[in-house]
Amino acid sequence: MKIDQLIFQTLGERAILISWEEKIEKNILQEILQCRKIIQKNYIELNVEVINTYNSLLINYGLGIENIYGEISLLKALLVKTKLSKKIKTNHYVLPVCYEEQFALDLEEICQHKNLTSEEFISLHTSTNYTLFFIGFLPGFLYLGGLPKTLQIPRKKTPRLNVKKGAVGIGEKQTGIYPQNSAGGWQLIGNCPVTLFDPSQDSPSPFLPGDEVQFKSVSIKEHQEILRQVELGAYQIQKLEK
Amino acid sequence: MSVKVIKEGLLSSIQDLGRFGFAGWGVPQSGVMDRYSAKMANLLVGNQEFEAVMEVTLLGPVLEFQKETLVVVVGLKAQVKLNDLKIELLRPFLVESGDQLHIKQITQGVRAYVAVSGGFKTKEFLKSRSQFFPITSHASLQKGEISPYNLQEENSVQQFAGIKYEAKRYASKVLEVYKGPEWDRLSNELQIQLQIEVLSISKNNSRMAYQLTEQFPNTIKGMLSQPVLPGTVQLTPGGNLIVLMRDAQTTGGYPRIFQLTEKSIQILSQKKQGDKIEFKCID
Repeated sequence: MKIDQLIFQTLGERAILISWEEKIEKNILQEILQCRKIIQKNYIELNVEVINTYNSLLINYGLGIENIYGEISLLKALLVKTKLSKKIKTNHYVLPVCYEEQFALDLEEICQHKNLTSEEFISLHTSTNYTLFFIGFLPGFLYLGGLPKTLQIPRKKTPRLNVKKGAVGIGEKQTGIYPQNSAGGWQLIGNCPVTLFDPSQDSPSPFLPGDEVQFKSVSIKEHQEILRQVELGAYQIQKLEK
Repeated sequence: MSVKVIKEGLLSSIQDLGRFGFAGWGVPQSGVMDRYSAKMANLLVGNQEFEAVMEVTLLGPVLEFQKETLVVVVGLKAQVKLNDLKIELLRPFLVESGDQLHIKQITQGVRAYVAVSGGFKTKEFLKSRSQFFPITSHASLQKGEISPYNLQEENSVQQFAGIKYEAKRYASKVLEVYKGPEWDRLSNELQIQLQIEVLSISKNNSRMAYQLTEQFPNTIKGMLSQPVLPGTVQLTPGGNLIVLMRDAQTTGGYPRIFQLTEKSIQILSQKKQGDKIEFKCID
């Protein structure tokens, strides 16, 4: 691949940062994820951790690295000879969301502002396939891109101190779900009853960057029923075959 | 074979070297704030340096041991008592069942480390014993809580003559830093100012981040969320400097202007509100 356009930097004494153009784009993500896979495959014995955001990869050497500038040369050499062709294998999930008033604290205001009925809003929000760019901010917080322009809205001026677990929100061009009770500034439009992150499992979340996520509107009753199943450990996240 | 928390103190928690390999799921590293002091504590009771220790903050806990073991407390200066006996820092001592250890006050620095022979054996979550909510059920030890440790075959107060604790490294106000990824976007003037000004630690300082009191104009345009690490220094739109610490989130949207060295993170973690620091670029 061409690496002239990429920026290689150190982040301290034991981490290397590779940056792409500062854009939220699926093709950039694809390229990043392919590089991530190659690096993970080649560096597994070194105990490195590789994480991505919209336009960057961080390679963290954890407890130490001898010569960080030598490592940058090695990384460049590895990526230069890499052919980017194969798509990363990803999953397509469907998550239930209840858009009823008790959860959708900001929906009415957004609809007024956007001149939409709540049905139109819900239909738009549920008919899009979102791309999971990365997980960050809180354990298990999915940064989902691909929000239709009509639904894009700035964050709240003053963040709420207490956003409930499962709250579905919109912040600028992104939509996402709060995996736990937390403070947060996104506009709240619903609630997803599914547990997105379980720290008692060694693989605490089924989601990986590159996955696609779609929302399905459910009633309060269905929401309660799913919550009950989740508590019993009987709920299975719906996966679509591609 | 465990320690019971009789009084929890200001903020006491079990910590090891933290979580590695879970940042991709948004999981903070956590782990001991001051790796140097924690390592010393482990070595002084004959442990490997990655064993879990108890990190105590300013006003320490009262702990009751339920079985004999070898214990040490490491920090800069603190008033520590075992029952009615005064305990010196850095000197391993034997405790018996029913003994109560009280770390009354840390009088110099902020954090002290209690190590027991064999290390604390609380349950691991995501391959680490480090307490961090919501990975563990609480961020700190609760009153009445029990932290298990193994009974060692042989506990003896050996003289670890080779182990020397360098306390004077913490006296420095200089924090060595690397330039951060967004450093070049700062004005020349601000770049110079950030390297010569003496800065002070605000009351907002925690295991997650230390905010500094001084403010600087931020002219960098908004940016996409980017990876951050413990030791990343961010400049907020409001002009505040925030130094991320061990419990930091994994991504952030503010310009990253410096990255602390590992040693600088350790020094900073012993500073408290009002203490002074200076950033010194080393590249």
